[in-house]
Amino acid sequence: MPVLEGKELRIVGFLCNWCSYGGADTAGVGRFTQPTDLRIVRVPCSGRIDPMFIVKALLNGADGVLVSGCHPRDCHYAEGNFYARRRLEVLKRFLPFIGIEPGRFEYTWVSASEGQRWQQVVTGFTEQIHKLGPAPKIEGADAEATLKLLEAAL
Amino acid sequence: MRIGVFVCHCGSNIEGTVDTAKVAETSKDFPGVAFATDTMYACSEPGQEGIINAIKEHDLDGVVVASCTPRMHEPTFRRTLERAGLNRYLFEMANIREHVSWIGRDREANTNKAIDLVRMAAAKLLNDQPLESKQFSINKRVMIIGGGVAGIQAALDCADGGLEVVLVEKTTTIGGKMAKLDKTFPTVDCSSCILGPRMVDIAQHPNITLYAASEVEEVGGYVGNFDVKIKKKATYVNWDACTGCGLCTEKCPSKKADDPFNEELGKTTAINIPFPQAIPKKAAINPDFCMKIQKGKCGVCAKICPSNAIDYEQKDEFVTESVGAIVAATGFDLFDWTVYGEYGGGKYPDVITSLQYERMLSASGPTGGHVKRPSDGKEPKNVVFIQCVGSRDKSVGRPYCSGFCCMYTAKQAILTKDHIPDSQSYVFYMDIRSPGKMYDEFTRRAQEEYGARYVRGRVSMVYPKGENLMVRGADTLMGGQVEVEADLVVLAVGAEAAKGASGLAEKLRISYDSYGFYMEGHPKLKPVETNTAGVYLAGSCQGPKDIPSSVAQGSAAAAKVLGLFSKDQLASDPQISQVNIKRCIGCGKCISTCPFGAIKEIDFRGMKKAEVIETVCQGCGICTSTCPQGAIQLQHFTDNQILAEVNAVCRF
Ligand code: SF4
Ligand code: SF4
Repeated sequence: MPVLEGKELRIVGFLCNWCSYGGADTAGVGRFTQPTDLRIVRVPCSGRIDPMFIVKALLNGADGVLVSGCHPRDCHYAEGNFYARRRLEVLKRFLPFIGIEPGRFEYTWVSASEGQRWQQVVTGFTEQIHKLGPAPKIEGADAEATLKLLEAAL
Repeated sequence: MRIGVFVCHCGSNIEGTVDTAKVAETSKDFPGVAFATDTMYACSEPGQEGIINAIKEHDLDGVVVASCTPRMHEPTFRRTLERAGLNRYLFEMANIREHVSWIGRDREANTNKAIDLVRMAAAKLLNDQPLESKQFSINKRVMIIGGGVAGIQAALDCADGGLEVVLVEKTTTIGGKMAKLDKTFPTVDCSSCILGPRMVDIAQHPNITLYAASEVEEVGGYVGNFDVKIKKKATYVNWDACTGCGLCTEKCPSKKADDPFNEELGKTTAINIPFPQAIPKKAAINPDFCMKIQKGKCGVCAKICPSNAIDYEQKDEFVTESVGAIVAATGFDLFDWTVYGEYGGGKYPDVITSLQYERMLSASGPTGGHVKRPSDGKEPKNVVFIQCVGSRDKSVGRPYCSGFCCMYTAKQAILTKDHIPDSQSYVFYMDIRSPGKMYDEFTRRAQEEYGARYVRGRVSMVYPKGENLMVRGADTLMGGQVEVEADLVVLAVGAEAAKGASGLAEKLRISYDSYGFYMEGHPKLKPVETNTAGVYLAGSCQGPKDIPSSVAQGSAAAAKVLGLFSKDQLASDPQISQVNIKRCIGCGKCISTCPFGAIKEIDFRGMKKAEVIETVCQGCGICTSTCPQGAIQLQHFTDNQILAEVNAVCRF
């Protein structure tokens, strides 16, 4: 059953366990109200995030994808977020070539203590996705072809 | 797989804005789910028993608990599974409290979101594999970083507990801020009399190796087996030879060097021993002021030194120590008081900091324990204390309370009266915060017995009037403005994170808050742990603390280390990477990206392949997203597992 048709959109968040997932927890503990569209996938490190996850989410019907990790230099694994930044920056520039509005994907850094910042990030990104509206569907063969293209490129 | 779903009410924490019964009911339709129910408190004893019973009754082999954050109770529920005879990794959590019920008000939207999160957890669980930990041995040595009172306590407790301790201190002596204090509140104990013997214990303890004038350069390894590279900074004195006789400091003709120990009140010699009780009691040259090092002339100290210890050519040295645990006890620094231009900070010589005043009160300080105005050396009669300088002030980015300034101001007001019986102290304060044992009584004594006049209100301005200073402020209790003529103004400066604290945190891979203080594992239940296994905290590096709290935390950190080392073997986390040898093409990309050097190249039937060194891998998964073949997969966070979650949320 689709969630609140017309009201909510589908946003996937990839968050590193140590900083941003903790920040989202801090926001919860502090009762910082946020829009409900976002569903969070917990990963150990932002460096674990394969750009393919994001593309697959967008091709599968996500209206937006948000990635958040530890601030550069504050990574639990020393340098995972530097790898993440490089990959995600490339991905961001690549998205228009496969017909995805780049505004549907953002990456940011939130630490475990920044509950309020997390609230702002979620609210801002959700508003941005609502402005773009539901993502146009990329179906079957098209999606397959796009994925092939991507596997080759990334 | 037969999955059981347990949706927790968490009392009204979740149930208040999520229809948990509906979440449970709906999840019965998800692939693999054989049983679903809602439960009042999943983490409670009856809650866990309920899960265990359901596992047995319904023959479940995987469990989803929808409740609070996994950062809180994942270990709890994994143990529950084990008690029921299941592998602890056949478990997933859906965070429907921090990420749902506490942040959204709309019950319908929240319920839908909770359903989605359970769907994702169940989808991932279908791809989960049982994992087994391995045992590895621990190096039962501990490193303490920082030789203040917290670090000293931690070091002595660990050493007395039988551990080998490596204590690293960046300045030339241990003792930290406490060594600079004249007296301590609320007992008015002589600070160096209670700290001094403990410092001597450090020097004499057979289990303690002290590196003074040293800094941590690099931290490698993991809990049980850290390798720490230490930089021993050049002191230009061979410390093995130096006996601390102090002849050199008497004869050194360069007397204009900065004196950090005396808080820059006055100057000192280029070659110097910071104070008589310094540990180690060794001389060190400040190269910026040494005429031999700067200009090639002089060399008096080398001529005079009876033990030939002077070495103008000395260079920084590096040593590596292997330890199993690390305690960070790096303390705090004082807020930069010159930011308050209206108080004349840095402008008027007779406006000084609390710690400078402390040095002035101390018999071993630059004035020999006589209170003298820096401007003309006269004894002040009216001393005005201004509290909350760099504390509880949003406008300078320090909205937090430093906690100990109210108390040390009361102590200094009392000491002022002791030193100068006909003096009068004034204290401008916001609130008096004195919650410790005998603390409130102490601040009252300052007022009632020692006649310190407490004025409730902020100071707006300090300006010169003749030889003296006028302090203008509000008196919010009287409801008016007050002006006090002062001979000396003492600013009760607050605490901030030590300079360089963030750099060390990055080396230790621990987090710090927006003010730079290190973050504890949990604000209530893990006050001295960090999120990095084997790294602990003590003292003010975690937030401003007075001496009793710092000592308590030092002991607490030591207890944690001793607890950790009470086992001979630690269980490794099996959530690490594994190479599928058939898929690996030996390109080596993973080897070059792994930040821990946890992957090595092996020869497999004449072909190059990658292999993960199990004890070194930290489970970040950077290699997994790097491998072009998908050959190296982080267990419990494999591509399939993450994509299962993505699909579960996207395809609906
Ligand atoms: S997961 Fe991979 S990159 Fe991370 S530590 Fe282990 S082997 Fe290295
Ligand atoms: S990156 Fe993948 S293919 Fe290359 S060596 Fe590592 S595991 Fe093998």
